[in-house]
Amino acid sequence: MDASTKQRIEQLIGSSPVFVFMKGNKLMPQCGFSNNVVQILNALAVPFETFDVLSDMEVRQGIKDFSEWPTIPQVYVNGEFIGGSDILIEMYNSGELREKLAVALA
Amino acid sequence: MVHPDQVRAAITQALPDARVEVEDLTGGGDHLQVTVVSTAFDGLSRVKQHQLVYGALRSELASEAIHALALQTSTPTA
Repeated sequence: MDASTKQRIEQLIGSSPVFVFMKGNKLMPQCGFSNNVVQILNALAVPFETFDVLSDMEVRQGIKDFSEWPTIPQVYVNGEFIGGSDILIEMYNSGELREKLAVALA
Repeated sequence: MVHPDQVRAAITQALPDARVEVEDLTGGGDHLQVTVVSTAFDGLSRVKQHQLVYGALRSELASEAIHALALQTSTPTA
């Protein structure tokens, strides 16, 4: 990953307390896993921003190197990578996600 | 696509004590649901736990032989 891609990724992650790299966008997710994450964040009624990795091959690959995580979607809370679809579902079901976001957005 | 046995073998090579279940969700060998139970996850965050499994499957994921991997990790309960 070149320095400019890394910088762009850092800027994106820093642009919102809750930031999601996904396939497609909030209104039209292009993958079931990305859709899961959008539905969960909508259910918790938290504000979040997204980036469509299908629109940018450098970010699509770069984000995987950045987080050492091979799959999309990826969710960041206050700059920290917290997981993909499976982890979000687990954290949502346990109530942990609601707590974490309440603290992060306080 | 990969055979579930290959996935199980790759994971147990990296995590010898792991109990691994692989379910092929579509029959196509590229949408897999994998459950891994290992003492190696003890004390690790979920992100770190999943990274251990992803590390074991690095080449299969990079080549997109596995397109979708639903992953659940846990430690053995006493």
